[in-house]
Amino acid sequence: MSNSSQKKLIIEAGRTEGQYWKDIWSYRGLFYFLAWRDILVRYKQTVIGIAWAVLRPFLTMIVFTIIFGKLAKFPSEGVPYPILVFAAMLPWQFFSNSLSESSGSLVGNANLISKVYFPRLIIPTSSVITSFVDFLISGVILVALMVWYQFVPGWRLITLPLFIAVAFAASMGAGLWLTALNVKYRDFRYIVPFIVQFGLYISPVGFSSTVVPEKWRLLYSINPMVGVIDGFRWAILGGDVRIFWPGFLISLALVGIIFFTGIWYFRKTEKTFADVI
Amino acid sequence: MVVIKVENLGKKYIISHQQRERYTALRDVMAKGATRFGKKLLSPFTFHHSPFTDSKEDFWALKDVSFEIKQGERVGIIGRNGAGKTTLLKLLSRITEPTTGRITLKGRVASLLEVGTGFHPELTGRENIFLNGAILGMSKTEIKKKFDEIVDFAEIEKFLDTPVKRYSSGMYVRLAFAVAAHLEPEILVVDEVLAVGDAQFQKKCLGKMEDVGKGGRTVLFVSHNMASLRTLCNIGIILDKGNIIQLSEIEDAISKYTDITRVRDEVFNAIFLLNSQGEQIDYWPSNEPCSIEIKLSDILVNNIKAVDISLWANDVMISSASSDRLQEKTKFSKSDFVIFSFPIIPLATKTMYIDVGFRSFDNSYLNLYQRAKTYNVELNVNQFYVDSRLITQFPVKCEIKTDAI
Repeated sequence: MSNSSQKKLIIEAGRTEGQYWKDIWSYRGLFYFLAWRDILVRYKQTVIGIAWAVLRPFLTMIVFTIIFGKLAKFPSEGVPYPILVFAAMLPWQFFSNSLSESSGSLVGNANLISKVYFPRLIIPTSSVITSFVDFLISGVILVALMVWYQFVPGWRLITLPLFIAVAFAASMGAGLWLTALNVKYRDFRYIVPFIVQFGLYISPVGFSSTVVPEKWRLLYSINPMVGVIDGFRWAILGGDVRIFWPGFLISLALVGIIFFTGIWYFRKTEKTFADVI
Repeated sequence: MVVIKVENLGKKYIISHQQRERYTALRDVMAKGATRFGKKLLSPFTFHHSPFTDSKEDFWALKDVSFEIKQGERVGIIGRNGAGKTTLLKLLSRITEPTTGRITLKGRVASLLEVGTGFHPELTGRENIFLNGAILGMSKTEIKKKFDEIVDFAEIEKFLDTPVKRYSSGMYVRLAFAVAAHLEPEILVVDEVLAVGDAQFQKKCLGKMEDVGKGGRTVLFVSHNMASLRTLCNIGIILDKGNIIQLSEIEDAISKYTDITRVRDEVFNAIFLLNSQGEQIDYWPSNEPCSIEIKLSDILVNNIKAVDISLWANDVMISSASSDRLQEKTKFSKSDFVIFSFPIIPLATKTMYIDVGFRSFDNSYLNLYQRAKTYNVELNVNQFYVDSRLITQFPVKCEIKTDAI
């Protein structure tokens, strides 16, 4: 018989619990297990298994290089083209994957939500973690590329974690909003792929932010990924790449707002998930 | 010490009903739709009641429920389907929030509302043990420590590394229960999940639950199986339509529940047990064949297609038969008697009972009377043990006789 400190728990309509954040700590193992489950399942019954995790970004990079670098001959600003592509693709892939995965995560785990208790915040977070693992693997390819081209990044590389954190917050914030809304209004299942597609065109993945005319700069910077991708390019490529700081600060503020309101909305509607899902 | 305190607990759901308008023409549907759209354009912010709006109704799954449970008590929760048992468990497990009232809990709650929650078919048994354990609230170290015990309990050591999608349903359920059985919460909440697996495994599960109870933990157990409730629990709560009818000693609760769900008198009086000579008897014979005669009444006759009967002893089904499987007549008149003839069925129990069901043409039950009649069993010199499997080898006959009256 365990000798736990008999902590009292009160369950009541409308009562918010400070208990919740303590619960997240005690269920922290679930972050790992749910992400582990999603990654494992991907490669079950495949022949080359986890090698796919490396192969996919690698092949994408090759295709992009051939098409945009050799055939379309986009300018590369003195940096080997594959690295240029990768520096922008990395954060974009992370964001679009986390957004897609986390926005459907609650509905996808409906069987858990209706039968077991654990803080539901763990579910979309573990989707983002899964995408983060993919991001890290692609990051390894980037490092390999740099070694191959003998490209040495400048001191600015140290700031990379900051931009990663912003990307994380952006995908988590948007993911929380969308997944909570999707539980009740299933329309979002159709809206999200559209957002991701559209986002690809208005984010500086296929182009550089410098092509955007001055008068639109500020409006353009409302897209949070603009700040993140420009930041990645700035940190990794060094040299002449510049960040438009006012725009970046707007992005940052927006990401912060989306993140905190996302958590608020999620917590507010969390109690109704099991009834509505 | 009180570990669970429930005060005025209530849970309300909102059910919507589709307004059904019988439009036969597409033209009408479009015309109605256009009118509604036009109204919306003219005054976009007022609510327009239209024939397409669903009507809503409040449904209280639980209403004003209050009780207290002390540490170490093993509570059986009994009730008909739809009484609110699962809703109560969901509220206690924090899966859903109460609409009114309050629950105060002391200690960690682990709930088993379903076996195999979170099991992923592509993952192996080993991987699912970790996944399921984590979902139920165990830490990684805890699972590692109990891993061997769990595998042992489930008896699937050979298949640990095969994906769970290849398991038989019995293996699946054994593994799922094995993980859950090794939870060590202060309060354990279990919802009818013991009705799985073969009898040997059910016994093992029940035994494990008894151990949990003996360890001083508090157990809440929902079941329809009176025998296991009797073994496991010391207190019973009866729920009906969202309210607590009774909270008492388990035996008391079980007999009160049986009373409530017993058949109404008229059907009670329409069932006769006859011996091989056709004489009415009131005990189940162990040394001669017998038959059960059911007199059909006015109310039921036109809507029923078949009569089903099943024999039970010790909450185990011994035999079952359907009138439409044993003979061809499916249209009845009110002067008909349905007669099921049974061979010698030697029972080792003191009592047995029958369920009678009247099935309609869409194969749903118009009326199902469980424990329609209970009979004492004639003492049997040759002791036969009734196995828990449904014994279908007993050849049952069925015929319809019409009274000339």
